[in-house]
Amino acid sequence: MQRFVDLTLNGVTNGMIYAVVALALVLIWRSTGVLNFAQGAMAMFTTYIAGAIVEHRGSYWLAIAVALGSGAVIGAVIERTIVRRVENGPVLNPVIVTLGLLVVLEALAGIIWGGGLRSFPAYFSQLGVVVGHDRLAFSHFDLYVMVAIVTVLVALVVLFRFTSLGLRMRASAFAPDVARLLGVRVGRMLTLGWALAGVVGALAGALVAPELLLSPNYMDAVFIYGFTAAVVGGLQSPLGAVVGGLVVGLVLAYVGGYLGSTLEALGALAILMVVLMARPQGIFTRVAQRQV
Amino acid sequence: MAGLTVSGLSVDYGHVAALVDVSFEAELGAITAVLGANGAGKTTLLRAMTGLVRPRAGTIRFGDKDLTGRRVEDVVRCGVAHVPEGRGVIEELTVEENLRLGSLWRSRRTRRGYDEVFELFPALAARRHRHASTLSGGERQSLAVARALMARPEVLLLDEPSLGLAPIVTGQLMRRLASLSRDEGITVVLVEQNARSALSIASAAVVLNLGRVVVADRPQVVAADAQLRHHYLGF
Repeated sequence: MQRFVDLTLNGVTNGMIYAVVALALVLIWRSTGVLNFAQGAMAMFTTYIAGAIVEHRGSYWLAIAVALGSGAVIGAVIERTIVRRVENGPVLNPVIVTLGLLVVLEALAGIIWGGGLRSFPAYFSQLGVVVGHDRLAFSHFDLYVMVAIVTVLVALVVLFRFTSLGLRMRASAFAPDVARLLGVRVGRMLTLGWALAGVVGALAGALVAPELLLSPNYMDAVFIYGFTAAVVGGLQSPLGAVVGGLVVGLVLAYVGGYLGSTLEALGALAILMVVLMARPQGIFTRVAQRQV
Repeated sequence: MAGLTVSGLSVDYGHVAALVDVSFEAELGAITAVLGANGAGKTTLLRAMTGLVRPRAGTIRFGDKDLTGRRVEDVVRCGVAHVPEGRGVIEELTVEENLRLGSLWRSRRTRRGYDEVFELFPALAARRHRHASTLSGGERQSLAVARALMARPEVLLLDEPSLGLAPIVTGQLMRRLASLSRDEGITVVLVEQNARSALSIASAAVVLNLGRVVVADRPQVVAADAQLRHHYLGF
Protein backbone atom coordinates (compact mmCIF):
# COMPACT_ATOMS: atom_id res chain seq x y z
CA MET A 1 0.00 0.00 0.00
CA GLN A 2 2.77 2.40 1.00
CA ARG A 3 4.44 1.71 -2.33
CA PHE A 4 1.22 2.39 -4.21
CA VAL A 5 0.76 5.71 -2.39
CA ASP A 6 4.35 6.70 -3.10
CA LEU A 7 4.08 5.83 -6.78
CA THR A 8 0.80 7.73 -7.03
CA LEU A 9 2.28 10.84 -5.41
CA ASN A 10 5.26 10.57 -7.70
CA GLY A 11 3.03 10.12 -10.70
CA VAL A 12 0.93 13.16 -9.87
CA THR A 13 3.96 15.41 -9.35
CA ASN A 14 5.61 14.29 -12.58
CA GLY A 15 2.25 14.38 -14.31
CA MET A 16 1.84 18.05 -13.43
CA ILE A 17 5.14 18.79 -15.15
CA TYR A 18 4.07 16.85 -18.25
CA ALA A 19 0.77 18.71 -18.11
CA VAL A 20 2.58 22.05 -18.23
CA VAL A 21 4.71 21.00 -21.20
CA ALA A 22 1.58 19.67 -22.91
CA LEU A 23 -0.17 22.95 -22.21
CA ALA A 24 2.64 24.89 -23.86
CA LEU A 25 2.31 22.65 -26.93
CA VAL A 26 -1.47 23.08 -26.99
CA LEU A 27 -1.19 26.89 -26.73
CA ILE A 28 0.92 26.96 -29.87
CA TRP A 29 -0.89 24.22 -31.76
CA ARG A 30 -4.27 25.82 -31.22
CA SER A 31 -3.25 29.26 -32.38
CA THR A 32 -0.77 28.53 -35.16
CA GLY A 33 -1.29 24.86 -36.06
CA VAL A 34 2.39 24.28 -35.44
CA LEU A 35 3.70 21.45 -33.30
CA ASN A 36 6.63 23.02 -31.52
CA PHE A 37 9.28 20.31 -31.25
CA ALA A 38 11.64 22.91 -29.79
CA GLN A 39 9.42 23.50 -26.72
CA GLY A 40 11.62 21.33 -24.48
CA ALA A 41 14.82 22.84 -25.85
CA MET A 42 13.50 26.37 -25.26
CA ALA A 43 12.79 25.41 -21.63
CA MET A 44 16.25 23.89 -21.32
CA PHE A 45 17.80 27.12 -22.56
CA THR A 46 15.87 29.36 -20.18
CA THR A 47 16.74 27.08 -17.26
CA TYR A 48 20.44 27.38 -18.13
CA ILE A 49 19.99 31.14 -18.03
CA ALA A 50 18.37 30.82 -14.61
CA GLY A 51 21.21 28.54 -13.50
CA ALA A 52 23.76 31.14 -14.58
CA ILE A 53 22.00 33.77 -12.47
CA VAL A 54 21.97 31.53 -9.40
CA GLU A 55 25.69 30.83 -9.91
CA HIS A 56 26.43 34.52 -9.96
CA ARG A 57 24.91 34.73 -6.52
CA GLY A 58 21.57 35.97 -7.71
CA SER A 59 18.56 34.80 -5.76
CA TYR A 60 16.51 31.78 -6.75
CA TRP A 61 13.40 33.88 -7.28
CA LEU A 62 15.23 36.37 -9.47
CA ALA A 63 16.50 33.42 -11.52
CA ILE A 64 12.97 32.02 -11.93
CA ALA A 65 11.61 35.43 -12.93
CA VAL A 66 14.37 35.84 -15.53
CA ALA A 67 13.75 32.30 -16.82
CA LEU A 68 10.04 33.01 -17.34
CA GLY A 69 10.79 36.38 -18.90
CA SER A 70 13.37 34.97 -21.28
CA GLY A 71 10.92 32.18 -22.14
CA ALA A 72 8.48 34.85 -23.28
CA VAL A 73 11.15 36.67 -25.29
CA ILE A 74 12.50 33.51 -26.94
CA GLY A 75 8.97 32.36 -27.82
CA ALA A 76 8.00 35.73 -29.29
CA VAL A 77 11.24 36.12 -31.24
CA ILE A 78 11.00 32.61 -32.70
CA GLU A 79 7.42 33.25 -33.82
CA ARG A 80 8.18 36.64 -35.34
CA THR A 81 11.41 35.77 -37.09
CA ILE A 82 11.12 32.10 -38.02
CA VAL A 83 7.71 30.48 -37.64
CA ARG A 84 5.83 33.30 -39.39
CA ARG A 85 7.77 32.55 -42.58
CA VAL A 86 6.86 28.87 -42.73
CA GLU A 87 3.32 28.94 -41.29
CA ASN A 88 1.50 29.12 -44.59
CA GLY A 89 3.67 26.71 -46.55
CA PRO A 90 3.43 22.90 -46.64
CA VAL A 91 2.58 21.36 -43.26
CA LEU A 92 5.91 19.62 -42.99
CA ASN A 93 7.90 22.88 -43.06
CA PRO A 94 7.17 24.03 -39.50
CA VAL A 95 7.91 20.51 -38.25
CA ILE A 96 11.35 20.57 -39.85
CA VAL A 97 11.97 24.13 -38.68
CA THR A 98 11.08 23.46 -35.02
CA LEU A 99 13.13 20.22 -35.10
CA GLY A 100 15.99 22.32 -36.45
CA LEU A 101 15.52 24.81 -33.63
CA LEU A 102 15.72 21.97 -31.14
CA VAL A 103 19.10 20.91 -32.52
CA VAL A 104 20.40 24.49 -32.70
CA LEU A 105 19.31 25.36 -29.14
CA GLU A 106 20.86 22.18 -27.68
CA ALA A 107 24.09 22.78 -29.59
CA LEU A 108 24.15 26.41 -28.50
CA ALA A 109 23.68 25.45 -24.86
CA GLY A 110 26.53 22.96 -25.21
CA ILE A 111 28.80 25.63 -26.66
CA ILE A 112 27.97 28.21 -23.97
CA TRP A 113 27.66 26.06 -20.86
CA GLY A 114 29.39 22.78 -21.80
CA GLY A 115 27.89 19.35 -22.21
CA GLY A 116 28.37 18.10 -18.64
CA LEU A 117 25.75 17.86 -15.90
CA ARG A 118 25.11 20.90 -13.76
CA SER A 119 23.05 21.14 -10.62
CA PHE A 120 20.14 23.47 -10.22
CA PRO A 121 18.91 24.52 -6.76
CA ALA A 122 15.56 23.28 -5.45
CA TYR A 123 15.03 26.08 -2.90
CA PHE A 124 12.71 23.86 -0.80
CA SER A 125 13.66 20.55 0.83
CA GLN A 126 13.49 17.55 -1.47
CA LEU A 127 13.20 15.12 1.46
CA GLY A 128 9.87 13.37 1.74
CA VAL A 129 7.44 14.56 4.38
CA VAL A 130 7.09 12.25 7.40
CA VAL A 131 3.55 11.22 8.20
CA GLY A 132 3.26 8.99 11.30
CA HIS A 133 6.22 6.61 10.98
CA ASP A 134 6.51 6.72 7.23
CA ARG A 135 8.36 9.05 4.96
CA LEU A 136 6.13 9.82 1.97
CA ALA A 137 7.49 10.30 -1.54
CA PHE A 138 6.27 13.87 -1.38
CA SER A 139 8.55 16.72 -0.34
CA HIS A 140 8.15 20.40 0.32
CA PHE A 141 9.65 20.95 -3.09
CA ASP A 142 6.95 18.74 -4.65
CA LEU A 143 4.34 20.83 -2.88
CA TYR A 144 5.95 23.96 -4.30
CA VAL A 145 5.89 22.42 -7.78
CA MET A 146 2.17 21.71 -7.40
CA VAL A 147 1.35 25.18 -6.11
CA ALA A 148 3.37 26.87 -8.84
CA ILE A 149 1.72 24.84 -11.58
CA VAL A 150 -1.80 25.20 -10.24
CA THR A 151 -1.22 28.96 -9.96
CA VAL A 152 -0.17 29.12 -13.60
CA LEU A 153 -3.14 27.00 -14.67
CA VAL A 154 -5.57 29.23 -12.80
CA ALA A 155 -3.91 32.34 -14.23
CA LEU A 156 -4.29 30.95 -17.76
CA VAL A 157 -7.94 30.06 -17.19
CA VAL A 158 -8.59 33.59 -15.90
CA LEU A 159 -6.72 35.09 -18.85
CA PHE A 160 -8.58 33.09 -21.49
CA ARG A 161 -12.03 33.03 -19.90
CA PHE A 162 -12.40 36.41 -18.28
CA THR A 163 -10.23 39.00 -20.02
CA SER A 164 -10.69 40.67 -23.37
CA LEU A 165 -7.09 39.86 -24.27
CA GLY A 166 -7.93 36.19 -23.75
CA LEU A 167 -11.07 36.57 -25.86
CA ARG A 168 -8.99 38.10 -28.65
CA MET A 169 -6.47 35.27 -28.41
CA ARG A 170 -9.17 32.60 -28.54
CA ALA A 171 -10.87 34.27 -31.49
CA SER A 172 -7.54 34.48 -33.34
CA ALA A 173 -6.98 30.78 -32.75
CA PHE A 174 -10.49 29.66 -33.75
CA ALA A 175 -11.16 31.94 -36.71
CA PRO A 176 -8.27 34.25 -37.65
CA ASP A 177 -10.02 35.81 -40.65
CA VAL A 178 -13.20 36.62 -38.76
CA ALA A 179 -11.15 37.97 -35.86
CA ARG A 180 -9.28 40.26 -38.25
CA LEU A 181 -12.59 41.58 -39.60
CA LEU A 182 -13.53 42.47 -36.02
CA GLY A 183 -10.38 44.52 -35.63
CA VAL A 184 -8.30 41.96 -33.72
CA ARG A 185 -4.59 42.28 -34.50
CA VAL A 186 -4.20 38.55 -35.08
CA GLY A 187 -0.46 38.65 -35.74
CA ARG A 188 0.17 40.10 -32.30
CA MET A 189 -2.06 37.49 -30.70
CA LEU A 190 -0.05 34.68 -32.31
CA THR A 191 3.20 36.20 -31.08
CA LEU A 192 1.66 36.50 -27.64
CA GLY A 193 0.59 32.84 -27.78
CA TRP A 194 4.17 31.77 -28.47
CA ALA A 195 5.41 34.04 -25.69
CA LEU A 196 2.93 32.51 -23.24
CA ALA A 197 3.95 29.00 -24.29
CA GLY A 198 7.55 30.05 -23.76
CA VAL A 199 6.75 31.18 -20.20
CA VAL A 200 4.81 28.03 -19.37
CA GLY A 201 7.55 25.81 -20.81
CA ALA A 202 10.23 27.74 -18.92
CA LEU A 203 8.38 27.06 -15.68
CA ALA A 204 8.35 23.31 -16.39
CA GLY A 205 12.06 23.41 -17.22
CA ALA A 206 12.99 25.14 -13.97
CA LEU A 207 10.79 22.85 -11.87
CA VAL A 208 12.24 19.56 -13.12
CA ALA A 209 15.86 20.75 -13.26
CA PRO A 210 16.73 20.03 -9.59
CA GLU A 211 15.79 16.37 -10.01
CA LEU A 212 17.07 15.73 -13.53
CA LEU A 213 20.15 18.02 -13.37
CA LEU A 214 20.94 20.40 -16.21
CA SER A 215 22.43 19.13 -19.45
CA PRO A 216 21.73 20.28 -23.02
CA ASN A 217 19.30 17.41 -23.58
CA TYR A 218 17.79 17.05 -20.11
CA MET A 219 14.35 18.16 -21.35
CA ASP A 220 14.17 15.60 -24.17
CA ALA A 221 12.41 12.90 -22.15
CA VAL A 222 10.17 15.45 -20.41
CA PHE A 223 9.22 16.86 -23.80
CA ILE A 224 8.36 13.41 -25.15
CA TYR A 225 6.13 12.65 -22.15
CA GLY A 226 4.56 16.12 -22.39
CA PHE A 227 3.99 15.54 -26.09
CA THR A 228 2.33 12.19 -25.28
CA ALA A 229 0.13 14.00 -22.75
CA ALA A 230 -0.86 16.61 -25.33
CA VAL A 231 -1.79 13.94 -27.86
CA VAL A 232 -3.77 12.02 -25.23
CA GLY A 233 -5.67 15.24 -24.52
CA GLY A 234 -6.23 15.86 -28.21
CA LEU A 235 -3.80 18.80 -28.82
CA GLN A 236 -6.71 21.27 -28.89
CA SER A 237 -7.88 21.28 -25.32
CA PRO A 238 -6.02 22.89 -22.41
CA LEU A 239 -8.06 20.79 -19.98
CA GLY A 240 -7.15 17.74 -22.06
CA ALA A 241 -3.48 18.65 -21.75
CA VAL A 242 -3.71 18.73 -17.95
CA VAL A 243 -5.65 15.47 -17.70
CA GLY A 244 -3.35 13.90 -20.30
CA GLY A 245 -0.35 14.98 -18.23
CA LEU A 246 -1.72 13.37 -15.10
CA VAL A 247 -2.61 10.16 -16.96
CA VAL A 248 0.86 9.90 -18.47
CA GLY A 249 2.50 10.74 -15.12
CA LEU A 250 0.53 8.09 -13.24
CA VAL A 251 0.90 5.35 -15.86
CA LEU A 252 4.63 5.94 -16.11
CA ALA A 253 4.99 5.90 -12.32
CA TYR A 254 3.17 2.57 -12.05
CA VAL A 255 5.01 1.07 -15.00
CA GLY A 256 8.34 2.24 -13.59
CA GLY A 257 7.51 1.13 -10.06
CA TYR A 258 5.97 -2.26 -10.71
CA LEU A 259 7.54 -3.35 -14.00
CA GLY A 260 10.94 -1.66 -13.86
CA SER A 261 12.10 1.85 -14.61
CA THR A 262 13.66 0.85 -17.92
CA LEU A 263 10.17 0.26 -19.28
CA GLU A 264 8.95 3.82 -18.69
CA ALA A 265 9.60 5.02 -22.23
CA LEU A 266 7.84 1.94 -23.58
CA GLY A 267 4.90 2.80 -21.32
CA ALA A 268 4.64 6.23 -22.96
CA LEU A 269 4.77 4.61 -26.38
CA ALA A 270 2.03 2.17 -25.36
CA ILE A 271 -0.23 5.04 -24.17
CA LEU A 272 0.37 6.89 -27.41
CA MET A 273 -0.50 3.84 -29.50
CA VAL A 274 -3.59 2.90 -27.52
CA VAL A 275 -4.97 6.46 -27.64
CA LEU A 276 -4.19 6.90 -31.33
CA MET A 277 -5.88 3.60 -32.19
CA ALA A 278 -8.93 4.05 -29.98
CA ARG A 279 -9.49 7.80 -30.26
CA PRO A 280 -7.21 9.41 -32.83
CA GLN A 281 -8.70 12.82 -32.10
CA GLY A 282 -7.65 12.53 -28.45
CA ILE A 283 -9.83 12.15 -25.40
CA PHE A 284 -10.90 15.75 -25.03
CA THR A 285 -11.32 16.99 -28.55
CA ARG A 286 -14.71 16.97 -30.14
CA VAL A 287 -14.53 16.26 -33.82
CA ALA A 288 -15.73 19.39 -35.54
CA GLN A 289 -19.19 18.83 -36.91
CA ARG A 290 -20.25 21.23 -39.58
CA GLN A 291 -23.85 22.27 -39.68
CA VAL A 292 -25.15 23.03 -43.11
CA MET B 1 -18.63 65.07 -47.09
CA ALA B 2 -18.37 62.49 -49.82
CA GLY B 3 -19.69 59.00 -49.15
CA LEU B 4 -17.98 55.71 -49.68
CA THR B 5 -16.29 55.93 -53.07
CA VAL B 6 -14.89 53.05 -55.08
CA SER B 7 -13.04 54.12 -58.19
CA GLY B 8 -11.38 52.08 -60.91
CA LEU B 9 -11.14 49.00 -58.71
CA SER B 10 -9.60 45.96 -60.41
CA VAL B 11 -8.81 42.63 -58.76
CA ASP B 12 -7.08 39.62 -60.35
CA TYR B 13 -7.02 36.07 -59.07
CA GLY B 14 -3.95 34.79 -60.87
CA HIS B 15 -4.67 35.36 -64.55
CA VAL B 16 -8.42 35.64 -64.00
CA ALA B 17 -9.83 39.13 -63.68
CA ALA B 18 -12.41 39.11 -60.89
CA LEU B 19 -13.15 42.84 -60.97
CA VAL B 20 -12.49 45.21 -63.87
CA ASP B 21 -12.50 48.95 -63.36
CA VAL B 22 -15.39 49.01 -60.90
CA SER B 23 -16.52 52.47 -59.80
CA PHE B 24 -19.52 53.57 -57.77
CA GLU B 25 -20.39 55.77 -54.83
CA ALA B 26 -22.42 54.62 -51.86
CA GLU B 27 -24.35 57.56 -50.49
CA LEU B 28 -23.87 58.35 -46.79
CA GLY B 29 -26.59 57.01 -44.54
CA ALA B 30 -28.27 55.10 -47.35
CA ILE B 31 -28.43 51.49 -48.51
CA THR B 32 -26.68 50.61 -51.74
CA ALA B 33 -27.54 47.18 -53.13
CA VAL B 34 -24.86 45.33 -55.12
CA LEU B 35 -26.56 42.74 -57.27
CA GLY B 36 -25.59 40.14 -59.82
CA ALA B 37 -25.39 36.44 -60.51
CA ASN B 38 -23.01 34.00 -58.89
CA GLY B 39 -19.43 34.81 -59.85
CA ALA B 40 -20.24 38.39 -60.80
CA GLY B 41 -17.60 39.63 -58.35
CA LYS B 42 -19.84 40.84 -55.54
CA THR B 43 -17.99 39.08 -52.73
CA THR B 44 -14.63 40.04 -54.22
CA LEU B 45 -15.75 43.66 -54.25
CA LEU B 46 -16.48 43.63 -50.50
CA ARG B 47 -13.28 41.71 -49.76
CA ALA B 48 -11.25 44.26 -51.70
CA MET B 49 -12.99 47.10 -49.86
CA THR B 50 -11.89 45.77 -46.45
CA GLY B 51 -8.41 44.76 -47.53
CA LEU B 52 -8.98 40.99 -47.44
CA VAL B 53 -7.78 40.87 -51.06
CA ARG B 54 -5.33 43.30 -52.60
CA PRO B 55 -6.66 45.16 -55.64
CA ARG B 56 -4.42 45.48 -58.69
CA ALA B 57 -5.62 48.99 -59.29
CA GLY B 58 -8.14 51.49 -58.01
CA THR B 59 -8.94 53.26 -54.76
CA ILE B 60 -11.47 52.99 -51.96
CA ARG B 61 -12.18 56.15 -50.01
CA PHE B 62 -14.52 56.83 -47.15
CA GLY B 63 -15.05 60.51 -46.49
CA ASP B 64 -11.56 61.96 -46.27
CA LYS B 65 -9.96 58.61 -45.43
CA ASP B 66 -8.17 56.54 -48.07
CA LEU B 67 -8.81 52.87 -47.26
CA THR B 68 -6.80 51.50 -50.19
CA GLY B 69 -3.96 49.20 -49.17
CA ARG B 70 -4.66 49.39 -45.45
CA ARG B 71 -4.63 46.25 -43.37
CA VAL B 72 -7.98 44.72 -42.48
CA GLU B 73 -7.60 45.60 -38.80
CA ASP B 74 -7.00 49.23 -39.72
CA VAL B 75 -9.87 49.46 -42.21
CA VAL B 76 -12.12 48.22 -39.39
CA ARG B 77 -10.76 51.02 -37.21
CA CYS B 78 -11.94 53.53 -39.81
CA GLY B 79 -15.48 52.50 -38.90
CA VAL B 80 -16.06 49.95 -41.65
CA ALA B 81 -17.71 46.71 -40.51
CA HIS B 82 -17.79 43.73 -42.86
CA VAL B 83 -20.17 40.82 -42.25
CA PRO B 84 -18.70 38.07 -44.41
CA GLU B 85 -20.56 35.54 -46.50
CA GLY B 86 -21.45 32.35 -44.66
CA ARG B 87 -22.13 34.32 -41.49
CA GLY B 88 -18.70 34.10 -39.83
CA VAL B 89 -19.87 33.73 -36.26
CA ILE B 90 -17.26 32.02 -34.13
CA GLU B 91 -18.96 28.81 -33.10
CA GLU B 92 -16.61 28.02 -30.23
CA LEU B 93 -17.52 31.26 -28.47
CA THR B 94 -20.78 32.14 -26.76
CA VAL B 95 -23.23 34.66 -28.20
CA GLU B 96 -22.09 37.27 -25.69
CA GLU B 97 -18.41 36.63 -26.41
CA ASN B 98 -19.04 37.02 -30.13
CA LEU B 99 -20.74 40.34 -29.45
CA ARG B 100 -18.03 41.56 -27.10
CA LEU B 101 -15.36 40.69 -29.64
CA GLY B 102 -17.08 42.99 -32.12
CA SER B 103 -16.76 45.98 -29.81
CA LEU B 104 -13.26 45.54 -28.40
CA TRP B 105 -11.41 47.90 -30.71
CA ARG B 106 -13.66 50.78 -29.65
CA SER B 107 -13.16 52.68 -26.44
CA ARG B 108 -15.64 51.72 -23.74
CA ARG B 109 -17.59 54.93 -24.16
CA THR B 110 -18.22 54.44 -27.89
CA ARG B 111 -19.24 50.79 -27.67
CA ARG B 112 -22.84 49.83 -27.97
CA GLY B 113 -24.44 48.13 -24.98
CA TYR B 114 -25.65 44.54 -25.18
CA ASP B 115 -29.15 45.68 -24.30
CA GLU B 116 -29.33 47.81 -27.38
CA VAL B 117 -28.53 44.98 -29.80
CA PHE B 118 -30.73 42.58 -27.88
CA GLU B 119 -33.56 45.03 -28.43
CA LEU B 120 -32.85 44.91 -32.15
CA PHE B 121 -32.47 41.13 -32.19
CA PRO B 122 -34.56 39.81 -29.29
CA ALA B 123 -33.92 36.15 -30.17
CA LEU B 124 -30.27 36.58 -29.22
CA ALA B 125 -31.02 37.75 -25.68
CA ALA B 126 -32.37 34.36 -24.67
CA ARG B 127 -29.31 32.64 -26.13
CA ARG B 128 -26.82 35.06 -24.61
CA HIS B 129 -24.69 32.47 -22.80
CA ARG B 130 -25.09 29.65 -25.31
CA HIS B 131 -22.39 28.70 -27.76
CA ALA B 132 -22.90 30.16 -31.21
CA SER B 133 -22.75 26.61 -32.61
CA THR B 134 -26.21 25.98 -31.11
CA LEU B 135 -27.87 28.82 -33.05
CA SER B 136 -30.13 28.40 -36.07
CA GLY B 137 -29.24 29.92 -39.43
CA GLY B 138 -31.36 33.02 -38.87
CA GLU B 139 -29.99 33.51 -35.38
CA ARG B 140 -26.45 33.21 -36.66
CA GLN B 141 -27.11 35.85 -39.27
CA SER B 142 -28.62 38.10 -36.62
CA LEU B 143 -25.60 37.53 -34.42
CA ALA B 144 -23.19 38.36 -37.22
CA VAL B 145 -24.99 41.63 -37.94
CA ALA B 146 -25.45 42.45 -34.24
CA ARG B 147 -21.75 41.82 -33.64
CA ALA B 148 -20.82 44.23 -36.41
CA LEU B 149 -23.13 46.85 -34.87
CA MET B 150 -21.49 46.57 -31.45
CA ALA B 151 -18.68 48.90 -32.49
CA ARG B 152 -21.12 51.52 -33.87
CA PRO B 153 -19.72 51.32 -37.40
CA GLU B 154 -20.30 54.12 -39.88
CA VAL B 155 -20.22 51.72 -42.81
CA LEU B 156 -21.75 48.25 -42.86
CA LEU B 157 -20.75 45.85 -45.64
CA LEU B 158 -23.09 42.86 -45.76
CA ASP B 159 -22.36 39.81 -47.89
CA GLU B 160 -25.48 37.81 -48.75
CA PRO B 161 -27.18 38.11 -45.37
CA SER B 162 -30.28 36.34 -46.70
CA LEU B 163 -28.36 33.26 -47.84
CA GLY B 164 -30.11 30.15 -46.53
CA LEU B 165 -32.76 32.08 -44.62
CA ALA B 166 -36.51 31.52 -44.82
CA PRO B 167 -38.35 34.32 -46.69
CA ILE B 168 -40.04 35.57 -43.50
CA VAL B 169 -36.70 35.81 -41.69
CA THR B 170 -35.15 37.56 -44.67
CA GLY B 171 -38.01 40.07 -44.64
CA GLN B 172 -37.48 40.79 -40.94
CA LEU B 173 -33.75 41.23 -41.44
CA MET B 174 -34.24 43.63 -44.35
CA ARG B 175 -36.68 45.76 -42.36
CA ARG B 176 -34.23 45.93 -39.45
CA LEU B 177 -31.43 46.97 -41.79
CA ALA B 178 -33.61 49.64 -43.32
CA SER B 179 -34.50 51.13 -39.95
CA LEU B 180 -30.90 50.93 -38.74
CA SER B 181 -29.65 52.81 -41.74
CA ARG B 182 -32.41 55.39 -41.39
CA ASP B 183 -32.18 55.89 -37.60
CA GLU B 184 -28.42 55.85 -37.16
CA GLY B 185 -27.28 57.08 -40.54
CA ILE B 186 -25.23 53.96 -41.19
CA THR B 187 -24.01 53.65 -44.76
CA VAL B 188 -24.88 50.13 -45.92
CA VAL B 189 -23.50 48.23 -48.89
CA LEU B 190 -25.72 45.19 -49.31
CA VAL B 191 -24.51 42.37 -51.53
CA GLU B 192 -27.40 40.12 -52.45
CA GLN B 193 -28.45 37.41 -54.87
CA ASN B 194 -31.95 37.90 -53.58
CA ALA B 195 -32.36 41.00 -55.72
CA ARG B 196 -36.04 41.61 -55.08
CA SER B 197 -35.77 42.00 -51.29
CA ALA B 198 -32.56 44.01 -51.55
CA LEU B 199 -34.11 46.43 -54.04
CA SER B 200 -37.08 46.88 -51.73
CA ILE B 201 -34.97 48.64 -49.09
CA ALA B 202 -32.13 50.11 -51.13
CA SER B 203 -31.90 53.68 -52.36
CA ALA B 204 -29.33 52.84 -55.02
CA ALA B 205 -28.41 49.70 -56.92
CA VAL B 206 -25.24 48.54 -58.65
CA VAL B 207 -25.48 45.53 -60.95
CA LEU B 208 -22.30 43.58 -61.60
CA ASN B 209 -21.67 41.03 -64.31
CA LEU B 210 -18.38 39.19 -64.85
CA GLY B 211 -16.58 41.73 -62.70
CA ARG B 212 -17.86 44.85 -64.46
CA VAL B 213 -20.53 47.36 -63.52
CA VAL B 214 -23.47 46.88 -65.87
CA VAL B 215 -25.63 49.60 -64.43
CA ALA B 216 -25.71 51.84 -61.37
CA ASP B 217 -29.01 53.57 -60.85
CA ARG B 218 -32.01 54.03 -58.58
CA PRO B 219 -33.64 50.72 -57.57
CA GLN B 220 -36.93 51.60 -59.26
CA VAL B 221 -35.14 52.02 -62.57
CA VAL B 222 -33.31 48.73 -62.20
CA ALA B 223 -36.44 46.86 -61.14
CA ALA B 224 -38.42 48.32 -64.03
CA ASP B 225 -35.97 47.20 -66.69
CA ALA B 226 -37.28 43.78 -67.72
CA GLN B 227 -34.23 42.90 -69.77
CA LEU B 228 -31.83 43.77 -66.94
CA ARG B 229 -33.92 41.79 -64.49
CA HIS B 230 -34.09 38.83 -66.78
CA HIS B 231 -30.39 38.76 -67.67
CA TYR B 232 -28.70 39.54 -64.41
CA LEU B 233 -31.12 39.42 -61.51
CA GLY B 234 -33.15 36.29 -62.17
CA PHE B 235 -36.64 37.56 -61.46
